[in-house]
Amino acid sequence: MLTPEQWTAKLVEVIARASTQLPPDVVEALRRSRDAEIEGSLARKALDSILHNIELAASNWQPICQDTGTPLFWIHHPIGMSTRMLVAACEEAVRRATGKQLLRPNAVDPLTEKNTGHGQAPGIPTVHCEEWDSPEVEVRLLLKGGGCENCGTQYTLPNQALKADRNLEGVRRCILDAIQKAQGKGCSPGIIGACFGGDRSSGYVESKRQLLRPLPDHNPIPEIDALEQDIVAQSNQLDIGPMGFGGNTTVLGVKIGHLGRLPASYFVSISYMCWADRRAGARIAADGTVTWLE
Amino acid sequence: MAKLTLPCDVETIRALKVGDFLELEGRIVTGRDSAHHWLLEHHQADVAPLLAGSVIYHCGPVVKRHEDGHYSFVAAGPTTSAREEPYQADVIGRYGLRGVIGKGGMGAKTLKGLQEHGAVYLHAVGGTAQVLAQAVVEVEQVFMLKEFGVPEALWVIRVSGFPVVVTMDSHGGSLHAEVEKASRQKLEQMLGLAS
Repeated sequence: MLTPEQWTAKLVEVIARASTQLPPDVVEALRRSRDAEIEGSLARKALDSILHNIELAASNWQPICQDTGTPLFWIHHPIGMSTRMLVAACEEAVRRATGKQLLRPNAVDPLTEKNTGHGQAPGIPTVHCEEWDSPEVEVRLLLKGGGCENCGTQYTLPNQALKADRNLEGVRRCILDAIQKAQGKGCSPGIIGACFGGDRSSGYVESKRQLLRPLPDHNPIPEIDALEQDIVAQSNQLDIGPMGFGGNTTVLGVKIGHLGRLPASYFVSISYMCWADRRAGARIAADGTVTWLE
Repeated sequence: MAKLTLPCDVETIRALKVGDFLELEGRIVTGRDSAHHWLLEHHQADVAPLLAGSVIYHCGPVVKRHEDGHYSFVAAGPTTSAREEPYQADVIGRYGLRGVIGKGGMGAKTLKGLQEHGAVYLHAVGGTAQVLAQAVVEVEQVFMLKEFGVPEALWVIRVSGFPVVVTMDSHGGSLHAEVEKASRQKLEQMLGLAS
């Protein structure tokens, strides 16, 4: 078994990867969207710059974006492992990564308005731990920037203005409205994580967990899979484009989950992820061997 | 791509139009939420001469402090400008700024301020923190570092070949307003909401 110190070191590696190496499926999607824009357009130039930036960050192991975001960890761990130890290791890893300029000192005390200076504060990072039967630990990390987090939103159905009822068509209307309202402010082309059902807090958590899914995957539920693809196609007709400059690619993917709801409530919770979709995943064996996940 | 050397005069700015690509050269100052409040609290005489005729960059960088005490930018892309909407026009007027660099565009109040004062909104590509950090050739000095922390401090930097696009000009043109309006109409059509 690894010591807490060894766990911290492994988690710093996961943070380094997330902050500097964009997942290949996201790079591929950005390349395709670059090719889909007209030569000489603002959209094409923005995507050229984005692709160049991705290469620079990867080769120098430096942050893709200066807003290194909220670190969101999802950890699956074997039976009997201390979640307090894991949370403490995540917190220490964030402080250490901040010291190495892999993360920006990104935590502010809202009462004193002081930046803590080391990237960590109550609630930062957020760590979700879940027990499973495997002897290995799986760590999934998302670094979610503040600009795109500000574009997240929550709807309650029915919504008269959108003619949105409590059904999948209503969900579609909410997500499209959120994408239009975000314009380029969430650093489009973005990726949408959404959840229908749940309560106000669980819905947002699930919407973010959906962002861990690789872009090319398919929702196992056929009607939601179709909905995800429809929303991608429709939002790309809005001509918002990269950075809101106008263009053919406004979102790269839409991922939708659902949770049980109360009879009285029907929430649609939406999280917007910027093109710098900084997710990393690792399987860590009991002897410390790391296998990187897509 | 045209070069814009900073500081510059108002005539140079009036000649710029939405859609122009520029490479910036010269001295600029970073500033975001805390900085905008601070700049409006009092006339900040130390910073004022550095802002006059130049631009403020909405950016909270990742910064490395070297052993000899000097700083360099590790990652330095733009942050969302919309948060400065209530303050920007006043900051431009009070300090004689010729523009703003940011991302996501700004609203009607800023657009009016740009027209009145002769200034432009320059859009850098959000998230391209490495490309833009490479264009920061020197960190000259920093204001309010201890009080505001690294992301919110006012960093005085020298840039060269810093790529931006004019998305709001000094004649009332705004790419953001156009894209917003056209996309809202398309969405309303798509969803049968036409008002």
